Amino acid sequence: MLNYIFKRFLSLIISLAVASLVIFFVIEVAPGDPAQFMLGINAQPDTVAALRTELGLDVPKWQRYLGWVAGLVTGDFGTSYTYRTPISTMIADRLWVSLPLAIYALTLSTVIAFPAGIYAAARRGKGGDMAVMGATQLGVAVPNFWFAMMMVLIFAINLRWFSAGGFAGWDKGFWTGIHSLTLPAVSLALPQAAILARVMRSALLDILGEDFMRTARAKGLTRRQALWRHGVRNALIPVLTIIGLQFSFLLAGSIIIEQVFYLPGLGRLVFQAISSRDLIVVESVVMLLVFAVITVNFLVDLAYAAVDPRLRSRT
Amino acid sequence: MRRNLIIGAFLTAVFVLAALVSFFWTPFDHTAMSIPDKFQRPNGEHLLGTDHFGRDILSMIMVGARTSIAVALVAVGIGMGFGVPLGLAAAARKGTWLDEVIMRGNDLVFAFPSLVIAILITAVFGAGAINAIIAIGIFNIPVFARITRGAALSLWEREFIMAARVSGKSATRISFEHILPNVMNLLIVQGTIQFSLGILAEAGLSYIGLGAQPPTPSWGRMLADAQTLVSIAPHIALIPGVAIILTVLGLNLMGDGLRDYLDPRLRVSRA
Repeated sequence: MLNYIFKRFLSLIISLAVASLVIFFVIEVAPGDPAQFMLGINAQPDTVAALRTELGLDVPKWQRYLGWVAGLVTGDFGTSYTYRTPISTMIADRLWVSLPLAIYALTLSTVIAFPAGIYAAARRGKGGDMAVMGATQLGVAVPNFWFAMMMVLIFAINLRWFSAGGFAGWDKGFWTGIHSLTLPAVSLALPQAAILARVMRSALLDILGEDFMRTARAKGLTRRQALWRHGVRNALIPVLTIIGLQFSFLLAGSIIIEQVFYLPGLGRLVFQAISSRDLIVVESVVMLLVFAVITVNFLVDLAYAAVDPRLRSRT
Repeated sequence: MRRNLIIGAFLTAVFVLAALVSFFWTPFDHTAMSIPDKFQRPNGEHLLGTDHFGRDILSMIMVGARTSIAVALVAVGIGMGFGVPLGLAAAARKGTWLDEVIMRGNDLVFAFPSLVIAILITAVFGAGAINAIIAIGIFNIPVFARITRGAALSLWEREFIMAARVSGKSATRISFEHILPNVMNLLIVQGTIQFSLGILAEAGLSYIGLGAQPPTPSWGRMLADAQTLVSIAPHIALIPGVAIILTVLGLNLMGDGLRDYLDPRLRVSRA
């Protein structure tokens, strides 16, 4: 087990190193000098040069790369070109929107998907299964930003239950914050719930065919008891993997939904930073997101290996 | 489920046909503005109504189908063109450093939040259909590489491959002459799925202004235009959305149906 953990950890470090190289150099080829962009086209060349020195743009690329990585490791993400504030505080502020939104959406999606998937598997081939599977087909096909627009139309404009956009902030109280995140969370959750329900159903169907399920029935458990005690519990492993992946997706993938609802989250931070050529912010936020995904995958692998010893021999 | 295949193929055919017909004929010129006719609900003259500039929505949907299909098709092409050879090579050299490098590379691409990178690419190299295609295409590569490798690995254990090896064929020839034809079904099915994901991705990118640029019509941009007008004329937001849903639904149903039709043994419920 220790050997396995070490191997996986090594490949985690290599992945992170390669990812940081890719991100840094993709951004480096970006046309447009940040200093020139900030000062405008009419700026004096020596003013631009001075700003380049101030921002540290005149040192060789590889030196800047090493400095950036060293900063990341110590938690110093650098300073934003446009806002002149430490990027770590900007990210922390945005995380207070993105993280609760991702958790909220994931909770909703799980709460919808679990019963739907279990119900469909238990009624395989019957009307209820068909209905759930039809609904998930539709759920996968709906673009979440369009669904968000439709919900704004119905619940914000016509019924006036929610505001059409913006974030009230947590200092006005927990429920006010939750209230303003509800429409975005629902629009993020629905397509995810459709995918999760399908995974839940197929994982459960695989389990239902196992010998130990027959044994459970043979020893006198009812269908329902066997389903819950032995079926659902065993089906959870693949489902948890997907939930892990969806969480990292939600953290990064809410960028369009944040745009629909004008939410000040991580996604919008990247989007705004790109349009104002605030490349150091883009680099650091993208790296953070990639770090989150790679780490979640690493933890999922470890959890797998802890549960199932057969996986440890695989590298 | 033969029914899935028929419904899916029908929906897909409708949109492909609409895109093809739009090259020769649309009910109106999709760029022709006519302010007095703006915000018309669907009626006899404008079957799907008009938008805020009085443009005919049906014509825009037809031309927009062209953009969606072209972007998604080329993105799938990129994914297959690079992913399939990589997957074949990894399987042929299973367990070697080549396999390891290819699979680790795959994991790496998977680890990037695809939307953020797509936005990055379009931002760095400029917004436009071509860059949207590249951005979506890159993320198709590991999908095809992984599925090709997985299927090819089990084929390499089969006796007819052994026979080919004994007869002296090189690994490359075996990969292309024997392995590839046998994984083709799987690739076609995955292709339809990636195609539908490509259409969704293109719509998303165009919606935030990084996909096809004006005057090229695109469903995503029609939705972006409609966003602030949704309370005045809901139909201009409703119609492009329904077009996206029906196309994606059609492709997904077709993919499911094709899988069952081409190979009943592969009948696993798709996640």
